[in-house]
Amino acid sequence: MLRFIVRRLLQAVPTLLVLSILVFAWLRLLPGGPAGALLGDKATPQKLADLNHVLGLDQPIFVQYGKFLGRILSGDFGASLISGDSVLAEVGRAFPATIELAVFALVLAIAFGIPLGYAAARFHGRLIDNATVLTTLIGVAVPVFFFGVLLKYIFAQKLGILPPSGRQDVTIDATHITGFFTLDGLLTGEFDAFWDAVKHLILPAIALASIPFAVIVRITRASVLDVQSEDFVRTAESKGLTTPVIRRRHILRNALLPVSTTIGLQTGLLLAGAVLTEKVFNIPGLGYLLAQGIERRDYPRLQALLLLAALVYVIVNLLVDVSYAIIDPRVRVR
Amino acid sequence: MALLEVRDLSVTFKRKGIRPFTAVDRISFDVEPGRTVGLVGESGSGKSVTALAIMGLLPKRGAEAQGSVRFEGTDLLTLSDKQLRDKRGRDLGMVFQDPLSSLNPVIPIGLQITEVLERHRGMSRKQASVEAKDLLGRVGIPDPSRRLSEYPHQLSGGMRQRALIAIALACKPRLLIADEPTTALDVTIQAQILALLQELVRETGTALIMITHDLGVVAGLCDEVNVMYGGRVVERAERHALFAAARHPYTHGLLESIPRLDAPRGEKLLPIKGSVADNIPWEHACAFAPRCPNALDRCREVMPELVPDNGGMLRCHNPVGAMQGVRA
Repeated sequence: MLRFIVRRLLQAVPTLLVLSILVFAWLRLLPGGPAGALLGDKATPQKLADLNHVLGLDQPIFVQYGKFLGRILSGDFGASLISGDSVLAEVGRAFPATIELAVFALVLAIAFGIPLGYAAARFHGRLIDNATVLTTLIGVAVPVFFFGVLLKYIFAQKLGILPPSGRQDVTIDATHITGFFTLDGLLTGEFDAFWDAVKHLILPAIALASIPFAVIVRITRASVLDVQSEDFVRTAESKGLTTPVIRRRHILRNALLPVSTTIGLQTGLLLAGAVLTEKVFNIPGLGYLLAQGIERRDYPRLQALLLLAALVYVIVNLLVDVSYAIIDPRVRVR
Repeated sequence: MALLEVRDLSVTFKRKGIRPFTAVDRISFDVEPGRTVGLVGESGSGKSVTALAIMGLLPKRGAEAQGSVRFEGTDLLTLSDKQLRDKRGRDLGMVFQDPLSSLNPVIPIGLQITEVLERHRGMSRKQASVEAKDLLGRVGIPDPSRRLSEYPHQLSGGMRQRALIAIALACKPRLLIADEPTTALDVTIQAQILALLQELVRETGTALIMITHDLGVVAGLCDEVNVMYGGRVVERAERHALFAAARHPYTHGLLESIPRLDAPRGEKLLPIKGSVADNIPWEHACAFAPRCPNALDRCREVMPELVPDNGGMLRCHNPVGAMQGVRA
């Protein structure tokens, strides 16, 4: 298993290399550039040219890329054109907020999605099944930002039971170690800080979870329906096994295979959804950095963010493959 | 009293918007302890549905079984789901046709055997493992302790079927139903599996219902044969009587359609013409009449009854006369 993981990580290197070229080229193909964004509409061509020269953007693109590659190999992603800060430091500060949100949303989607999908399949064609199908249809169809605003309106504004935005109440004097506020609260034993961070996460996590939740429900439902009629389930019945054993050991275990693939795919989309959710709930995460970076054509920051997203995607898919190998002996590496 | 007494068993499939379809139509037969009874017929004759009805494995919705299936005096059709679960796997075992799809692909063979021992014989996982190893050895799987931790895809087809047989026989059931257990296997493996079944049945005194479309299997294994057509038994006979002189034109046709090595070169095979799709309903005719070479006008007007004939039972207006024995 370890060799499999190492091999997969090595395979990711060329993937990331190709991606770095694409990202680099794509950014420079976008109309406008950092100089224009920094100097504004009234900049003279001379000033633009000067700034481009200072930023090194007047050099041939492959020279620029060569320098960029040389720097990132030594761990230097450059400084943000907006803040002047090291891009890595910026990303490092924002990363925990996004990951915390995404993990929370994913846990919600899985914890509710799989049982509900299973229940729908068990009561196929009955009320709970139809209600579930309808709910998930809405879940997929409603845009994340609209759902987010709606949640905020109901639970924060009207009912006032949950905070509308941010990651933690400013009045709470919390100690931060990792940047994952919930984890920090647990590590330091500041449970009021922990609870406050959780409360801040609930609404955005629900908004973000809506699509993966709906997809997981549907895949689980379809997969359970499929497995239920397999020959080996009939064999299990012929052995006189009790219903719970048949469901857990014979149906659910097989039904989870396609679900785990889906979870991997959804995680990628979750990162994209996080951008919108962070905007709605004012969370200073990667999405916020990204949105600002695109507006201002902040090449170094965007390059770092996009490569990070690709890396996360690679790692998530690796985790999915590993989990697949754990559930399904047929794909285990021999 | 017979071990199993099937009386007037009918199975009807009903679905909204579709005409009800009777797959098994009032069939009756007995299985004595330690005997092997064959159910023979082509696809769609109702033999597998009969087996599923006896096991209580018909789909819960859309299938209706009538009549009675008395096992040691208890009518299985009247038992609750829980009572039936207690009997399945313990008193009644079943071996299925396709060993690969009939085994759970994601759990080890060992667990698939031990779970039935734990369920019915109250064994701990450890005791059950020892027993499972022993069972695998008995069905002829080499190196059983290693196989316990392997998965179905790591076993050959023959071994998988052996494992399925081990599962079905784990609790020493008094009745074993084998539904075309050799159809998905190579010819050489088929013979091994049949020999194994025969040996195990003899050793344990288990009664066996052998479902097959292969008369070769019947010849090698069964004491008594029920030939089914269109959901009904059309002929019942002891094995030797059947092969010596099949009376029903359908049975006769089945025997004739077996290619023979000693036939002169160039002699044509004699298939039964038509297919099950040509059947006419049993109500006021013989379902086989459209395909029958012996059909009389009466065959299309009056339903033949199953009546004693020549030591067996026969459902035919115009049976085949004494014919030459067929070597199987």
